[in-house]
Amino acid sequence: MSEISPFVILIAAIFTNNILLANFLGMCSFLAVSKQIDTAAGLGAAVIFVMTATTAINYAVYHHVLVPFGLTFLSYIVFIAVIAAFVQFVEMFIERFSLGLYHALGIFLPLITVNCAILGASLFMIIRRYTFAQSVAFGFGGGVGWTLAIILIAGLRQRMRYSDVPVPFRGVAIAMVITGVMAMAFMGFAGMVRIQ
Amino acid sequence: MIFLLPILIFGGLLVGLTVALTIAERVLVNYGVCKIDINAGEREIEVDGGQSLLSALNESKVYIPSACGGRGSCGHCKATVLEGGGPVLPTETPFLTRAQVRAGVRLACQVKVREDIRIKIPEELLNVKMFTAVVERAELLTHDMVELRFKLEEPAEISQRPGQYVQLQAPSPEGPVYRAYSISSSAHDTGAVELVVRLVPGGIGSTYCHALKEGDPVIFTGPYGEFRLDEDPDVDVILIGGGSGMAPLRNLLLTVLERWPDRKCQLFFGCRTTQDVFYFDEFRKIAEKHPNFEVHYALSDPIEEGESWDGETGFIHLSAEQHLDESDRKRQAFLCGPPPMIEAVMKVLEAKGLESDDMFYDEF
Repeated sequence: MSEISPFVILIAAIFTNNILLANFLGMCSFLAVSKQIDTAAGLGAAVIFVMTATTAINYAVYHHVLVPFGLTFLSYIVFIAVIAAFVQFVEMFIERFSLGLYHALGIFLPLITVNCAILGASLFMIIRRYTFAQSVAFGFGGGVGWTLAIILIAGLRQRMRYSDVPVPFRGVAIAMVITGVMAMAFMGFAGMVRIQ
Repeated sequence: MIFLLPILIFGGLLVGLTVALTIAERVLVNYGVCKIDINAGEREIEVDGGQSLLSALNESKVYIPSACGGRGSCGHCKATVLEGGGPVLPTETPFLTRAQVRAGVRLACQVKVREDIRIKIPEELLNVKMFTAVVERAELLTHDMVELRFKLEEPAEISQRPGQYVQLQAPSPEGPVYRAYSISSSAHDTGAVELVVRLVPGGIGSTYCHALKEGDPVIFTGPYGEFRLDEDPDVDVILIGGGSGMAPLRNLLLTVLERWPDRKCQLFFGCRTTQDVFYFDEFRKIAEKHPNFEVHYALSDPIEEGESWDGETGFIHLSAEQHLDESDRKRQAFLCGPPPMIEAVMKVLEAKGLESDDMFYDEF
């Protein structure tokens, strides 16, 4: 897969292969934190940062530690350990230098650890045999794509507060329906570029 | 080798991550020295930033009541934070009412000191000290009640208002925790503190208390509490309790009679069975010396065959209803016991003409 330019992968990860709308990864925090645009954007920013950095670190760990020793079967727990440690680091960093953002993200910052989109990005990188530059581009693009999706749905949900939603559909149910409609809309981009 | 390698690699990776995080914590989580201003300049302390407000205050010998040891599960360590301290955390909201949130009330164990902070705490908490003492006497009063007498060492004297409580430090698997116990000895007995503790199966504090032996060292902070005895000897004192609510009543009674031997005092205490009765004889002896003091014990369970009982029977609020008279005299009532008892007794007292401002209660 080395012939695809990292830039193409970046664009593809945002639009045609959006990790949330095409793969439905990262749904839990997507549904939980998509009520307000500002918090959704804050969480999205943290996800972009963590996803980019963890794909880079996990790439290095996978190809320079796990592959030489023939331990690729350990990749799941190793990736999770790296992600957990990195999120801890990010939390300390944000707490120290941007107290406002720290309080705005609150409990959701440590919850990024269990955001499956982050682990998904690292695993896709292995399955699709990306190079380092491609991996980082994919990680960054995946984060931006996830942020785009959560901001879009947060905007829709904010407007929906004034809509007359049937009672059984209120809350998460209608959010799932909207996500489905949005995913279908994004399917219009599908097939424009192949990244796998 | 095939088994060892994965363990070594994964273990090594975890150690590496831990080391990196520890270094990052050293470098990043270093807030330098922060100032805490208590009650608008009344006290100003300097602490190392990065720790919780509760431990920062404890370090500077300001003791806020806390039972869980700072885990955010008891909700006792409330303090008003006026400036600095960030927004209310999700861990605190279950313990705070909306009005408290608006007023800036926080749980001190959840507030992290990252900058200069201005707080407000009740004036009396500044007088709370940490005491070291040794057990002078540990005596079983009934099958599940123990009376403990602690001889104070450092500081050697305690100045308490009758009805106040101390927070006794008890060991637990997760580090020391504090449990509140009312003082049962008189306020004039300044060199010692007595407690009456009922054994709660599985309870951390009460199990610790029941295992204490003569000569054991103990640590506690205090005194805390809102009971306020009227200093006017013409005001009658009514003491009503049940179950494990004896300690503060005994303290009030002994203090009152020592200072004003002729002050009118009525004590009502409810127990289940004859096995739960304690201090009854001691109080009767006191009643012989003080004609204005009367004591009533009532048993709520039926008396079994072969037992002798010369007290009253039935619920304690009925006994209070029978012996208290309606009058316009100023009276103060102190209630200690289980919530249903308090509720029933308060109705009786209201019917007898007491104002709610003159009733103090502690639910056990």
